[in-house]
Amino acid sequence: MSDTTVDGAFVQFDRVQKSYDGETLVVKDLNLALPRGEFLTMLGPSGSGKTTCLMMLAGFETATHGDILLDGQPINNIPPHKRGIGMVFQNYALFPHMTVAENLSFPLEVRKMGKSDREAKVKRALDMVQMGAFGGRRPAQLSGGQQQRIALARALVFEPELVLMDEPLGALDKQLREHMQFEITRLAHELGITTVYVTHDQTEALTMSDRVAVFDDGRIQQLAPPDQLYEEPTNSFVAQFIGENNTLEGVISKISGDTCVVRLDNGDEIDAKPINVSAVGDRTKVSIRPERVEFNKDRLNPDAHLLKAEVKEFIYMGDIFRFRLSVAGNDDFIVKTRNAPDAVRLTPGQTIDIGWLAQDCRALDA
Amino acid sequence: MSDTTQNGPMLAADGTTLKRSLARSLRREKTRALLLISPLLFFVFLSFIVPIVSMLFRSVENSIVQDTLPETVVALQSWDAQSGELPDEDVYAAFVRDMLVAIDEKTHTRLGSRLNYEETGMSSMFRRSGRQIKRLDPVEDAPFKDKLIEIHDGWGEVQTWAVIKTHSVQYTDGYFLNAIDMQRTVDGPAVQPENKQILIQLFWRTLQMSLIITGFCILLGYPVAWILANLPMRTANLLMILVLLPFWTSLLVRTSAWKVMLQQQGVINDVLVWLGMVDDAARLIIINNQIGTIIAMTHILLPFMILPMYSVMQTIPPTYLRAAKSLGASNWTAFWRVYFPQSVPGIGAGSILVFILAIGYYITPEIVGGTKGVFISNRIAYHISSSLNWGLAAALGTILLAAVLILYWAYDKIVGIDNVKLGG
Ligand SMILES: Nc1ncnc2c1ncn2[C@@H]1O[C@H](COP(=O)(O)OP(=O)(O)OP(=O)(O)O)[C@@H](O)[C@H]1O
Ligand SMILES: [Mg+2]
Repeated sequence: MSDTTVDGAFVQFDRVQKSYDGETLVVKDLNLALPRGEFLTMLGPSGSGKTTCLMMLAGFETATHGDILLDGQPINNIPPHKRGIGMVFQNYALFPHMTVAENLSFPLEVRKMGKSDREAKVKRALDMVQMGAFGGRRPAQLSGGQQQRIALARALVFEPELVLMDEPLGALDKQLREHMQFEITRLAHELGITTVYVTHDQTEALTMSDRVAVFDDGRIQQLAPPDQLYEEPTNSFVAQFIGENNTLEGVISKISGDTCVVRLDNGDEIDAKPINVSAVGDRTKVSIRPERVEFNKDRLNPDAHLLKAEVKEFIYMGDIFRFRLSVAGNDDFIVKTRNAPDAVRLTPGQTIDIGWLAQDCRALDA
Repeated sequence: MSDTTQNGPMLAADGTTLKRSLARSLRREKTRALLLISPLLFFVFLSFIVPIVSMLFRSVENSIVQDTLPETVVALQSWDAQSGELPDEDVYAAFVRDMLVAIDEKTHTRLGSRLNYEETGMSSMFRRSGRQIKRLDPVEDAPFKDKLIEIHDGWGEVQTWAVIKTHSVQYTDGYFLNAIDMQRTVDGPAVQPENKQILIQLFWRTLQMSLIITGFCILLGYPVAWILANLPMRTANLLMILVLLPFWTSLLVRTSAWKVMLQQQGVINDVLVWLGMVDDAARLIIINNQIGTIIAMTHILLPFMILPMYSVMQTIPPTYLRAAKSLGASNWTAFWRVYFPQSVPGIGAGSILVFILAIGYYITPEIVGGTKGVFISNRIAYHISSSLNWGLAAALGTILLAAVLILYWAYDKIVGIDNVKLGG
C-alpha cells in the first residue's frame, strides 16, 4: 500500500488522477483524507471535477491513476453495489414505478432483510425526514422538496457510514434550500455519518460543512474549515471564489517576517501580509474583504500606508451601507459598513482616505 | 336554468352571454379546423370505413336465393323439410317459372355457385338443368315434378330443396357458421363433416404463430433496443440505419431472400452441412412449413418491435441504474427491478404492433409457408380471389377483426393501454 496513507482516515484519495478521453486530466493529483463523521463539501465552479470525484468514490468511474481508500482498504476493484455508500443524486433518481415506501425498502430488500424489519426501518426513515404520511405515493406525486427528502431518506435507510450528495438542493427555491441545508446537517451529525457533499453554492458550503475543499481545474485549491477559508484564503482563486473580495495588483517592494509592502501599479504603496509571495520583486494580487476596509477618518492609523479613493456609488441595503470606490485604478473596490448611529455616509464624488490592518490584506499569487 | 338567467335583465352581461360568445367563437374555430381536415376525413371514410362496413354487411347478407327464386321461396314455406317427402307440384311449377326468368337474366349460375358453398354439386346441377329448363313452357308443359327429376336426379332429392329453403332467408349466419367449421342445415347449426374442418384450426394456428413471432421479436429486439439506447448518439444513429434498412427493401424481395436462405439446397442448409452439423442426407426442412413462416416473419416484423422499445428506453436516464447500484443492487437486480419495469411500456407497444401486424399477415406466409405455415388471411385471400365466396371471406375477416379487438381490450384490462408508449 502507499506510503502516504493517512492514519485514521475513513475516506482517502491518494494521488488520484482521472481522464475521460486520454488527453486531458479532469482530476489532477487529488489528495484528500476524511476522518469518520466529517461533513466535507466539495465546492468549485462548473466543470472543475467535483462530480467526477464523487463518481470515482461511488464506483461509477474508475480512477486513471492513484488509490481511493475506504477505511484503509483500496476500493478500486470493489463494484459499486458492494461499497455500501449511500448516494443522493442531483435529480434524486427516485424510481418512478415504485411508491415512496417501495423506493425506501429497495436497498433493504436487496440486502435480504426480513419484511417486518424492512417496514420498521422504512417507517423510521420516513419519520426522520417528516414524510411519514407519504409512503403510498409515487415520486411523481411529490413536490421537489419532498422528493429531495425521500432521496435523502433512501440514501440513509440502509445505514451507510458514508453518504455522497451531488448538488442535492440545486433544484429547490431559496427558502426550501435553507431549510433542507439545516435538515441535512442535523441528520448527518445526529447519525454520525461521514458526508461528502458537492455544491457550487458557496453559502451552502460555508454554512453546512466541517471542512470545505475548493476545487478548480481538477485540483483542490484549499481545504479548510469555513471560517479559515473565508478569512485566510491561501491563493487568489479561493479569495475570489469565496465571498466578496477586493483585489489590487502590484509588486512586492519590501518584505520582513509577516508584513510586506506592495507597490501598486500606479505607484502607491500599501501594507499587506505575505501569504504565497517570497521575495522582493514578486508580482502579487492583494486581497482584502470589503468589511475589513477602514474609511472612518477617526479610526485610520496615520502611521500605516493609506490610499486615496474616490466614491463612485452609494448602495443602501438597510442593515448595511455599501460603497463602490475607485482605488488605484480599480473601479470596483467595494467597502461596507454596518448601519450604526455613528456610521459614516459617503457621497459620490467625495475623495477619502482608506486603510486597513496589515494582517487583513493578504498578498497572494498573481 | 340558463334560460331563466338569460331573461333576467341583471344578467345581460354575465357568464351566460360570455359562455355563449365563447361557444360561438370556439365553434367557428372548430368548423375551420374540420374544414381543413375534411379531405382527409373523406378519404379515410371512403377507403377505410366504407370497405369495413361493406365487409361486415357482406358476411351476413344473403338475398340471392330470394331474389332469384321469389315464387319458389314462397311456395316452399308450406313444405316441411323434415317430413322426408318431396315438395308438391306447385313448388316445382314455381321453380320452373322462376328459373325461366333467371335463365333469361343469366343469374341462375350465380345462384348455383352460391348454393354450391353449402352443398357440393349444386353449381353444375343448376348449370346443366338450366339448358333444358329453358326449353320448357311454364303453362303447357305442366306438371313439372317428374320432368325436372328426369332432367337431373338432384331435383328428386329432399336435401336439394332443404338447402334452398334453409338459405332463402334475407340475412344469414351461415357464413359465420362456415367460418367456424359449422353449417346451417334444416335442423339448425351443425358441425361440418370432418374433412371440411380446417378454419378453426387455421385460426388457432394464426393466433399461436403470431404469439410465437411476437415472443421471438421481444427476445431479439430487447437487447438491440437496449444497445441502441445506451450507445453514444453517433454510433446509435448508425446502428439505427441498419435496423431501418429492411424498410427500404420491398417486402417481396426480403421474403424471397428468405426462400433462398431456407431451402433445403439453400444457404443455411449448405453452411450447416459444410460445418458438419447436419448430415447431407438429412438437410433441415425449414421452409414451406411453420418454421419458415416464423423465421421470416420474425425478421420482417422485428423493426416494429425495436422502434417503440428504443424510444421508451431512450427516456430512461442512466442515473436510475446507478442509483439502484449505489443502494446495493447487483447489475442483474438493478436491471430487473429498476430498468426492466420502466421499459415495459415499450415492450407492450411493440408487442401490440407486431401481434396485430402478424395476425393479418399475408405475403410472407404465402411465399414461405407452404401449406402448413399459412395464416387465416391466406384463406381469406383464397376465398376472395379463387373460390369467390366473398361472404365467407367477409365472415372470416370479421372474426379476425373481432379477435384483434378482444385481444386489445384484454390487453387494456391487464396491462393498461396508457402504459403503452409509442414515442418518447
Ligand atoms: N462521461 C464523461 N465523458 C467525458 N468527459 C466528461 C464526462 N463527465 C465529465 N466530463 C468532463 O469532466 C470535467 C469535469 O466534470 P464534472 O462533472 O466532474 O464537473 P463538476 O465539477 O461536477 O461540474 P458541475 O458543477 O457543472 O456539476 C468536465 O470538463 C466535463 O466535461
Ligand atoms: Mg456535477
